[in-house]
Amino acid sequence: MNAAITSTGQREFHSGAGEQSLSLDFLHRYLLGNYRDLYAATLALDVNDHNAVLIARNLLATTAEADPDQRHAEGRLIARRLALLPPPRVYGLFRELRRAKVNNRRTRAIMRDWLAARPDLAFDAVKYRGAVKDAVRHAHLRPGGELGPFLFTPHRPAAYTTPILETWRRAHYEQAALYKLPYTVAEGFAAKHRIARAAFLERIAPRLTRLERLRLQESARGLGADAVRADLATMPLTRLASYVLALSPDDRVHRRAELTAALRTAARRSAGDQAGRWGAVVAVLDDSFSAYGSGHKRRRPLAVALACHFLLEALASEYTPLWLSGRSDALLARPYGATPLGERILDGLDLRPERLLIVSDGWDNSPPGLAGEVLRIWRTRLDPHHTCGIVHLNPVYDAADFDVRRLAPTVPTAGIRDAENLVALVELAQFAEGRTGLFELRAHLARRIEEFLREDA
Amino acid sequence: MTDLALTGLSTRPAQAWGGVRLVPLIREKPIEDLRLDARLYDAEFGVVEVDSRTVYSSYIPHGFVASWTRDATPAAAYGTQLRGPAERDRTPSRMPLRFHRRMARRADKNRLRFLPLHLALEGYLALHFGGPEIAWEEWSRRAIDRGLSPRVEEAYAGATVRGLQDALRVFEIHPGQCGVLVYAADTLAAAFVVPHPDDYRALHSTLIHDLYGELIYHYAMLSMPVSDFRARIVDATVRSLADLRAQARRQQEEWAAFHDQVMAGGLLGTGYTYQRVYEMGDYCLSRFLPPFERQRENHIGELITDSAGRLAYLKTFRLSENQIRRGHLLTQLAANGWNLTYTAATLSVTEHELGLRIDAAGFGHLLRQDVLDHYRAQVRRSRR
Repeated sequence: MNAAITSTGQREFHSGAGEQSLSLDFLHRYLLGNYRDLYAATLALDVNDHNAVLIARNLLATTAEADPDQRHAEGRLIARRLALLPPPRVYGLFRELRRAKVNNRRTRAIMRDWLAARPDLAFDAVKYRGAVKDAVRHAHLRPGGELGPFLFTPHRPAAYTTPILETWRRAHYEQAALYKLPYTVAEGFAAKHRIARAAFLERIAPRLTRLERLRLQESARGLGADAVRADLATMPLTRLASYVLALSPDDRVHRRAELTAALRTAARRSAGDQAGRWGAVVAVLDDSFSAYGSGHKRRRPLAVALACHFLLEALASEYTPLWLSGRSDALLARPYGATPLGERILDGLDLRPERLLIVSDGWDNSPPGLAGEVLRIWRTRLDPHHTCGIVHLNPVYDAADFDVRRLAPTVPTAGIRDAENLVALVELAQFAEGRTGLFELRAHLARRIEEFLREDA
Repeated sequence: MTDLALTGLSTRPAQAWGGVRLVPLIREKPIEDLRLDARLYDAEFGVVEVDSRTVYSSYIPHGFVASWTRDATPAAAYGTQLRGPAERDRTPSRMPLRFHRRMARRADKNRLRFLPLHLALEGYLALHFGGPEIAWEEWSRRAIDRGLSPRVEEAYAGATVRGLQDALRVFEIHPGQCGVLVYAADTLAAAFVVPHPDDYRALHSTLIHDLYGELIYHYAMLSMPVSDFRARIVDATVRSLADLRAQARRQQEEWAAFHDQVMAGGLLGTGYTYQRVYEMGDYCLSRFLPPFERQRENHIGELITDSAGRLAYLKTFRLSENQIRRGHLLTQLAANGWNLTYTAATLSVTEHELGLRIDAAGFGHLLRQDVLDHYRAQVRRSRR
């Protein structure tokens, strides 16, 4: 479960991509072989997209091993999860199934239903042309209207009546037409027509999606295309934190007010009705060098810590952040130095908070193991009645342990991918403390699945 | 001065990765007036601002490659050198490097790399060992003319030491860190100390291009991952949060004491022979040789200390058992003025046995051929 939240099979600070995906692959196989219903139920939880796709793929590939009841339940879970995933992920899954030659009746049905539920299949066909074509072919579908000719013999019709298809056809000859296409498609045509990048960005700006805007904003500014402006206030919290950390320190100082306001707004939105109800909170936030993550997940652990910082600020009535480096300016956080977790936790406990949250990858090295000792003695001798709730949140999957790294057995550890899930994770972690029986887990899962499927209706 | 100490530096908890353990050394107050030669940094780092009364000196680590020659071809520093502000324009003593075409690449725009290693070690050893000073008749023409040069020793580049690269990558540099001790399978491989944290930051990754003895190479290859020295606090001693904090601090101190006395004990012992190379202002550059006792750690290296005995720069190389044996032989010969009869008496062996030992150590070419043949014949005769 923790693995499914944090791992994406990419390289991390401490282990390579190969190790990561090998470890994850084993975990999936193990669960699928031994606890098939639990494995399927995981789809109803907050697992990340990478794992959701893997689970769906594995379930569909092993249809023959499931009995009819299981098949029915799994089918509903998969369909529901696919509806929530971003379309490129789902098309990726379909292509993967095609490559793996998984083409059972259930797979075809799921593909058919998912494609039928797309709001505008013509738009998809333009934006993800190859993927849609593969999906249609693999599921033996007969797309209606002009979609069939568009996918399989695109240049034969002299004109299309569907507007977006017609725009696509015209964009081959006419520069003005490409600005009505989705950005990723237009980019290819712009290269074909040799349009200068700055001019292209300036004119395509209205067609950009929210995240494309955020991603392109800095490079567009460098080119002088000021039309590309992301509305920071509407961005999700963790994504925003990543964006802030990618800016140079000078930029961060210049735009301090704007960035802080955006982060606070996003945090307040994520906090929802819990805002201000958490009492006195102390957070120990890891900005040691290992928070750099890796070339693939640049500064991801630090971004999660930064996002948690702002979220906790919104949740708590009284909030003290303790960064490991000893710095106090969260906006200028950068991965630097060693990880003296033990000392910082002591500082945190000194303040007698109601809740202590630790956001760290669990590599405690200055000195190693001190954090675990401090937490153990705190729980067993100094605070046996749990007056202070301690939760450790870990953004990094540890390939060797098939889990996230724990600090101490007495303190619950939860994997975290997006700071937005923090509230749910902390509640869950406290609930899980002391109770780990399979029966409770199943009961809890059954409830979650019901809720998950009900949202469907 | 015969002992080596880490004066002015304090030990922090080690970080282990696989079979490699790195122990950081922290300087509370960095040394500001001795810095890595500014030219090695390119313009980006700039020179430390100095007022009129402060003397700012720089050092050039041994084996550092930069374009010091007029025609901008790369050259390597020959031994660590000290220089004052007046000598800014003098080029350091150096050896030109002839690379095959692609090798001359610099690693990065402002990151220079250490030179290919066998060359550095040869230079290193040539600095440490001369040759016969008195022309006894047993020594060949070549030994008298050219000494022990060229001395070839084998060593392994850091890149081939298993696990070192990853260990250096995941190592988290402490704020204020000025040095590191490298252990492979908990045997001390090398010590490295610089005056200023910025210097350390610039040189940290060059540890991978450094030389390590064959002992270290094999230990790293064969060892299992070493375990962390994890903190352990006894429950019964803790009654309050303050107790817990005191215990945590004690853990730190205990580790530092244990490390300095036990783990680094082999390096920080006594019995080194120092050779002062250069003195400038407050700083003194020396090279040192170990006592060449067998069955214990022997490190050769270079260091810079100031007048208060504070260690500003240190770089060591751990010798293998074979190298120690050879070093032992050479020191004995040198101590006896390269006279074979006296040396044989000191080592309590016969003269012809000593002759064969010299041959076995790889220095056979230093003896005249007829003398060596004579020794061989004598040994053969005595066996009968």
